[in-house]
Amino acid sequence: MLDGIKAFLDILSKPQISFTLIIFIFPFVIPPTMWFEKWHRKLGLHLLWTRKGGLYMFAFITIILLLGFFDENFGKILGKPDNVPIIILIYSVFFFLWLSMSSAYKNDERMARGEKVEEDYGPDEKVLVWPDLVYIEMIALILMTVFLLVWSIGLPAPLEEAANPSLSPNPAKAPWYFLGLQEMLVYFDPWLAGVIFPTLIIVGLMALPYVDDNPKASGYYSFANRRASIFIFLFGFLTLWVFLIVVGTFFRGPNWNFFGPFEEWSVAKVVPLTNVNLSEYVWVKMLRIGLPSHPLVREVVGIVIVVLYFGLPPVILARGKLRGLVERLGATRYALVIFLALSMMALPIKMYLRWTINLKYIIAIPESFFNI
Amino acid sequence: MKRRKFITWLSVGWLAFAGATGGFFTMIIRFLFPNVLFEPPQSFKVGFPSDFQLNQVDERFKQSQAVWLVRTAEGMYALSTVCTHLGCTPNWLITDNKFKCPCHGSGFRKSGINFEGPAPRPLERYRIVLAEDGQVLVDKSVKFQYEKGQWDSPEAFLTT
Ligand code: FES
Repeated sequence: MLDGIKAFLDILSKPQISFTLIIFIFPFVIPPTMWFEKWHRKLGLHLLWTRKGGLYMFAFITIILLLGFFDENFGKILGKPDNVPIIILIYSVFFFLWLSMSSAYKNDERMARGEKVEEDYGPDEKVLVWPDLVYIEMIALILMTVFLLVWSIGLPAPLEEAANPSLSPNPAKAPWYFLGLQEMLVYFDPWLAGVIFPTLIIVGLMALPYVDDNPKASGYYSFANRRASIFIFLFGFLTLWVFLIVVGTFFRGPNWNFFGPFEEWSVAKVVPLTNVNLSEYVWVKMLRIGLPSHPLVREVVGIVIVVLYFGLPPVILARGKLRGLVERLGATRYALVIFLALSMMALPIKMYLRWTINLKYIIAIPESFFNI
Repeated sequence: MKRRKFITWLSVGWLAFAGATGGFFTMIIRFLFPNVLFEPPQSFKVGFPSDFQLNQVDERFKQSQAVWLVRTAEGMYALSTVCTHLGCTPNWLITDNKFKCPCHGSGFRKSGINFEGPAPRPLERYRIVLAEDGQVLVDKSVKFQYEKGQWDSPEAFLTT
């Protein structure tokens, strides 16, 4: 029975399956449109953000982790001092998601009834920075320090032998907060996954206040007033960052192969993969004339695809569904928003292309270090 | 103090400040480059061709020189052990007949050609020639890149 569950979870956690499931379930949990909202209610998913729902989810995560701790293979991964932060991450991401969503739902109900939101104390009632806020902050600071001290004494940092450039540990994992980036590096060229994407993430987050023109729900929690924005943000944060960190920690083993969490990390596991560039697909497999010698001619299909990917959707959407957004934001801000959104979606697209047709690079010009 | 005098002193002061800061940063940048570098010589002899087993990847020089030597029926070549993705050191998996990088899973064939994972180009080869005494000499100061068509050059492959 237990083994059956474990085997099932192993299959489920294959990124091809788990990632697809998450993408499909996500809009029902965090509904971006009214259509999803309808199903969200019908399926009873809004109960997740009640106290009971939170407790159930908490119990669910704990049961899976307990199952892992007592498993020979998963236990080894979970028990590593390196991976303690990931467990804390799982719980805290879940907790804060629950906290903000349940506060938002409460406020939404209040507003629907025509009441004031919870954070609205009225014009006379004030919360003072000093002493109210500063005291809370100081207590949090002290508790955090205590926690870090106890942690660092209780679980000493895993020091290894002196670095040896000719010997990379197998698997060689980045620190936990970079595992999402390391996952991206599997699918993209180093300069994209290591430089451009992180820059875009940071710039994109910094741009948020400038591209957000919604005056509602500022200063208080609310979901109904900004469902699409919250959906997009959480999709990027939860599935493309937190989930990839979890994948990198639990599902990547020797030779950077995928392993189910309960599977044994065996160096001998062979996953035959032959990745092919788009240019090879086009010139060799479809047209059967061999690769042209000039790199630009060779990669012309890929270049066209990338240009179309970033060029067409903004124009089409501006004429259609997103016309209102263009009018509100103006052309420049609209272009920025949609460029960032398309760049974000490029990651899952590239992951699926790798999983389905073993595509290596859409544009591959290793001659001048340019690969997409 | 006259206005002109003040301005003179002011500019002298600023110049001195700029000079001091400039000198300081020059020293810092100078500090980034070590005075002596203890590196093994870039070219070295690895023994006679007959010391190498046919169709085997020789890992004896991986530790000290970061080079794999492969001998085939036609001759020998020297592969760099630096993954062309982000520079980790791949492992030679003898059972799968491939080099596999532990960092993001790039795989290379015995020839050094990349065939799986994100590595955008094949492993680099080094100059390999016969020394006067008949030993094989590997010279890491010259490298040959496949994607630039350099593997065809006579010194990228030692015909034996
Ligand atoms: S460094 Fe070898 S695969 Fe990334």
